[in-house]
Amino acid sequence: MKVKRIIALALALVMCFAFAACNNNEDPQTDDPGATNAEEGQTEANLSFANEGTLMIGGIGPLTGDNAQYGNAVKLGAELAVAEINAAGGINGYEVEFRMEDDIGQDEKAVTAYNNLKDWGMQMLMGTVTSTPCKAVSTETEADNMFLLTPSGSSVDCIEPDTAFRVCFSDPNQGLGAADYISANSLATKIGIIYNSSDTYSTGIKDKFVEEAPAKGLEIVGEEAFTNDSATDFNAQLTNLRDAGAELLFLPIYYTPASLIMTQAKAMGYTPLYFGSDGMDGILGMENIDTELVEGVMYLTPFIESSTDEATVKFVESFKAAYPDQTQYMNQFAADAYDAMFIIKAAAEKAGVTADMEVAAIGDAMKVAMTEITIDGVTGTGITWDASGEPTKQPRVAKIVGGEITAA
Amino acid sequence: MKFLSQLISGISLGSIYSLIALGYTMVYGIAKMLNFAHGDVIMIGAFVVYTACVTGGLSPVLGVLLAIVACTILGVVIERLAYKPLRSAASLAVLITAIGVSYFLQNMALLVFGSDTKQFSSVVSLEPVVLADGNLTITGETIVTIVVSLIIMVALYLFVNRSKPGKAMLAVSEDKGAAQLMGINVNGMIALTFAIGSALAAIAGALLCSAYPALSPYTGAMPGIKAFVAAVFGGIGSIPGAMVGGILLGIIENLSKGYISSQLSDAIVFAVLILVLLIRPTGIMGKKINEKV
Repeated sequence: MKVKRIIALALALVMCFAFAACNNNEDPQTDDPGATNAEEGQTEANLSFANEGTLMIGGIGPLTGDNAQYGNAVKLGAELAVAEINAAGGINGYEVEFRMEDDIGQDEKAVTAYNNLKDWGMQMLMGTVTSTPCKAVSTETEADNMFLLTPSGSSVDCIEPDTAFRVCFSDPNQGLGAADYISANSLATKIGIIYNSSDTYSTGIKDKFVEEAPAKGLEIVGEEAFTNDSATDFNAQLTNLRDAGAELLFLPIYYTPASLIMTQAKAMGYTPLYFGSDGMDGILGMENIDTELVEGVMYLTPFIESSTDEATVKFVESFKAAYPDQTQYMNQFAADAYDAMFIIKAAAEKAGVTADMEVAAIGDAMKVAMTEITIDGVTGTGITWDASGEPTKQPRVAKIVGGEITAA
Repeated sequence: MKFLSQLISGISLGSIYSLIALGYTMVYGIAKMLNFAHGDVIMIGAFVVYTACVTGGLSPVLGVLLAIVACTILGVVIERLAYKPLRSAASLAVLITAIGVSYFLQNMALLVFGSDTKQFSSVVSLEPVVLADGNLTITGETIVTIVVSLIIMVALYLFVNRSKPGKAMLAVSEDKGAAQLMGINVNGMIALTFAIGSALAAIAGALLCSAYPALSPYTGAMPGIKAFVAAVFGGIGSIPGAMVGGILLGIIENLSKGYISSQLSDAIVFAVLILVLLIRPTGIMGKKINEKV
């Protein structure tokens, strides 16, 4: 009897914990209505437009659920850009109206959201935020010949239709960006790689890097792998790479194994340069991280808050002014979405899109115009697109100096 | 030189496996059950050290002592609540319960400490030994782990074979019913086994995270499984076997990573395990048991 009572008590405790956990998850949602109010306040200002009619741009992303952080950042970034575009007279003299629907990060919800937006009158889509829903929605946009620009869907198959484009690098193209940067800045010529062979993200970047390296004058002296199950001890890989004479280690992996690699290399007395992909972003946020250990580490990232270029400074200032209470959303997703809106503006002006055009006609005009524009944005400079929808841009590179993330 | 360097890395990895395997083998040898939650007790031990030393600012020695106390209590409580009620149940039921306890501990740690990885500060302040112009480095953590594993191995061996409670444990492991008839407190002995095993887990946790300083709620899971393999490799239930099995496993893993393929190292390790078990089914130092018909 006594045992049963103890078990009952323990179960009750577990339930309390479980509910407490649920509450934590809901916090981002409760933040959200505030965002909408702040935004409406701005759009109600006196605006004048040269032409009658409105361009309707839809957005889809996870505003609730596990990935709500991403969706809300995209929503705020896009709304900020729309407010600025309207204040400057809109696109081709038409007012821009933006509406974001929630997909909870799930593909079937994203398709429902897409249909709702079509009923609302959407003419172009800025979305979706995450990769799996983006793939599902891109099948729908292909049938409608709807223009799609995803800010942050990085998986290769997100933009298969002709009318689909993206702002961020695809996963493998980070390998290209890294090879470009390392060779353009002559960081090193002898490169060693440690990658996670059980992860498509890591393997994809590694393959692209290895493919591009010889043409850029980079010599790959060793490729070493690990898996999720053997991500603790890297001494064997490090010994091989050190003996092969690698001056720079390219680490297309997440920051936890990367921190272990750096610790073990330091213990061996091996001090190469480190260059990572955007998975390295967050290494400084690790609790109790030794800032000396990560000093000088570089990685690709779309957005660096402390960057001093014009676009970033302007974005950071206006974001802080528009959403003083929600600066936690000022991240790469907000930056991608902010850029996405200005990319749509540039392409629509090039294509001469008008408010009374049909969805399919806009799609045809935009897919040509996208390949003709060059954008200097927050997430990169000199961004151009080819017909595949992949962006080509100078990547932004962050460097850790004195425990701070700086633009390299 | 490269070979020596790879060998030393292997021994250093193996010494961690040995230390964890000692706890596994101890519990299996006496209670005849696989305590799959052992790896997670290690993780809890490491979190106690982290909280005490990094958040609380205590000295490393005090932190480890605190972790030993916390893990001993945790081990006894787990045994009392999860395993003792199943003493007469099928061994499969106990095995499943152990897996359940393992998940329970991981999820508790997720709730309490969060899922983000923490950078562990080493509890070892010994300077590394650098040989051959910096081409060979033996870290302080490796030296301490090997020395601690050896001390624990000898102490456990002497305790089990020479002391009175140790002999009582052996009796329990051979025949619970007979031991009880001889006046041995069977439940007490099994609780003592878990207490010792969990105390070892606390030490293993502190040294594991000193050598590989990324601490998350899943830190103990994979080393736990590898150490279990090491225990089987050396002959599960045998105390020197766990030590030998752990070191050998570490060396094989590292040499195959260094010389054959870093992708295939786990496959090679397990292939060797299968070979060893085909030739010696009870492991390298396991006792041959003649079944009486």
